[in-house]
Amino acid sequence: MGAGIALVAARAGFATVCFDRSGDGLEKAARQSAGFLDKSVARGKLDSAKRDQVLTSMSQTTRIEDLADCDLVIEAVFEDLAAKRELLGRLDAVCAEDTIFASNTSTLSITEIASGSKRPERAVGMHFCLPAQLMKLIEMSPGILTSDDTFKTAWQWTEACGQTPVKTQDKPGFILNALLVPFNNDAIRAVEAGVAEPADIDRAIKAGLGYKMGPLELIDLIGLDTQVRLCEAFYPITLDPRAATPPLLRRMVAAGLLGRKSGRGFFTYEGNSMFGA
Amino acid sequence: MRYTFVKSKPSRSFPEDDAFFCAQSEPDTAEIVIFSGARFKPDHAKAAILIELLNECLGEHIDDQESTSINVLGFARYRNGHDKPSNLVELVRHANTSEKAVAAAREMFAAAGFEVVVCSDQAGRIIDRLVIPKYNAALRFLDEGLASQADMDLTCKLGLGYPDGPIERVVRGGLANHYHASKALFEAYGTSAFAPPRRASVAYRRDKTRG
Ligand SMILES: NC(=O)c1ccc[n+]([C@@H]2O[C@H](COP(=O)([O-])OP(=O)(O)OC[C@H]3O[C@@H](n4cnc5c(N)ncnc54)[C@H](O)[C@@H]3O)[C@@H](O)[C@H]2O)c1
Repeated sequence: MGAGIALVAARAGFATVCFDRSGDGLEKAARQSAGFLDKSVARGKLDSAKRDQVLTSMSQTTRIEDLADCDLVIEAVFEDLAAKRELLGRLDAVCAEDTIFASNTSTLSITEIASGSKRPERAVGMHFCLPAQLMKLIEMSPGILTSDDTFKTAWQWTEACGQTPVKTQDKPGFILNALLVPFNNDAIRAVEAGVAEPADIDRAIKAGLGYKMGPLELIDLIGLDTQVRLCEAFYPITLDPRAATPPLLRRMVAAGLLGRKSGRGFFTYEGNSMFGA
Repeated sequence: MRYTFVKSKPSRSFPEDDAFFCAQSEPDTAEIVIFSGARFKPDHAKAAILIELLNECLGEHIDDQESTSINVLGFARYRNGHDKPSNLVELVRHANTSEKAVAAAREMFAAAGFEVVVCSDQAGRIIDRLVIPKYNAALRFLDEGLASQADMDLTCKLGLGYPDGPIERVVRGGLANHYHASKALFEAYGTSAFAPPRRASVAYRRDKTRG
C-alpha cells in the first residue's frame, strides 16, 4: 500500500522518501513501482521523460532519520495500534515541529494513533484505496485534537496530487469500510441461510444494482482471512451484529478456502479463470 | 415459452407498456400463467404458475405442502422504489417447487432478455435483504454526522465503483417506499439492521400528514 501512495506523491512532483524497516520490502516495492510506470508508458498514459522524473523524485531508506526534512509523513505500516503509535513517537524525535503525520489506517482511530505523538494536532487520517496509484478517493479524517490548519494543509496536498478527498469523522471504518464490511458479511450470511447460491447472489447484485463485482467475488479477491481480520477489528469497537464474523466465513478459512489466493473461496479459480459464477 | 398475465392492478414488475407484458399470448395457448395482484388459481396443466411478489413471501399465497403448489413460483423484477424496473428477475422457489417449473420460468424470462436468479422463499429475497441494511446504515450515518450526503455517495462511487451512492439512490426511489420495504423486513427478521431509519420513517409520516 505504501508503495502506491509513494507513486501518487512522486507523480505529482513531490520529492518522496520511501521508508520501510525492511530493505527487501523496499527493493521489491521500488521494482514494482518502476514496473507500473513502465506499463503506463507502454500504454501511452505517461511519457518516458515523466517516468524518469517520477523515479528520480523517489528515494528509498531504512533509516528513519532520513525523514527529517519531510513536510508530510504518511504512514502505512501494519494495521496495529501499538506499531503506529510507536512510529509516531519516533517521528516526533526526527521531524520538524510542523511536519504533518498522516495515517492510512483502515480500521483504527486517528485520535488513538495520534496519541502516540506529542503533537496530535499535527496528525490526520488519510485513507487511500487499493491500488492507491489508480484510485482517486481519499477519506480524510480529523482526530479530536487535529488542528484546522493541519486538516486544511493535508486536504490541499491530496488535491495537489490530483486525488479526490472526502471528509469523514474519525469513526471505525470511516465511510467505505463502515458500509462495505457489514454488507459483505450480510452476503456471506445469505449464503449460509440458504437464500441463494453464491453465483446467484452476485449476479443479482450486479444486474439489480449495477455493481461491477458481486460481494462474494469481492470477498474472494480481498481474501476470506482478511475479511475475518476486518470483522475482528470492527465488531469489538462497534458491537454491530452485522460486523461480527459470520460462522460460515470462519469455517471456510479453517478449511483453507481463502479466496482467489488459495484457488477457492465462494468460487473456484484456475489462473485467471473463475468457475462457479 | 408462451405466457399470459392475470392482473387485477398495475404490475410493479411489468407496467402496462412494458414489452414483456405486451408480448403475452392468449390465455388458452399460454404455458405459463403470471398472476399479478389477482387471486392465484392452481393449474396443473401449466408448465409454471408465477405469482408476483412485493414485500411479502410466496408462502403468503400458497401452502408449499399442497400438491397443487408444485409448479408454483414467486417472482419480482427488482425495482428501487419509483425507479424504472431493472433487468433483474428474482425467482422464488419454495421447498417443493419442481425443477421443471423452475426451468420453465427461467427459460421464459431469459428468452425475454432478463437476468434471472433463483432464491428461496425468505423475506427480502436477495437484493432487499442485502441492500436495505446498508441503506439504513448510510441514512443513520448521515444523521450522526459521519459525512455529508455528497461525500458518502462519492465515496461509494469512487471507492467501490457503484453507479450511484446509497443515499442518492434511496432518495431517488422515495424514502417512504424505503420505509415500507424496511418495515416489512424488520417485522420478518426482528433485527435492528432492518429497523426503518429515522429519515425514512419521518418521510413516510410526512407524506401521510400532508395527505
Ligand atoms: N491493503 C489494503 O487493502 C489497504 C487499503 C487501505 C489502507 N490500508 C492500510 O495500509 C496500512 C498498510 O497495509 P498493507 O496492506 O500495505 O500492509 P503490509 O503488511 O503489506 O505492509 C506494511 C509495511 O510496513 C512495514 N513496516 C511495519 N512496521 C514498520 C515500522 N515500524 N517502520 C517501518 N516500516 C514498517 C513492513 O515492513 C511492510 O512493508 C494498514 O494501516 C492498512 O490498514 C490497507
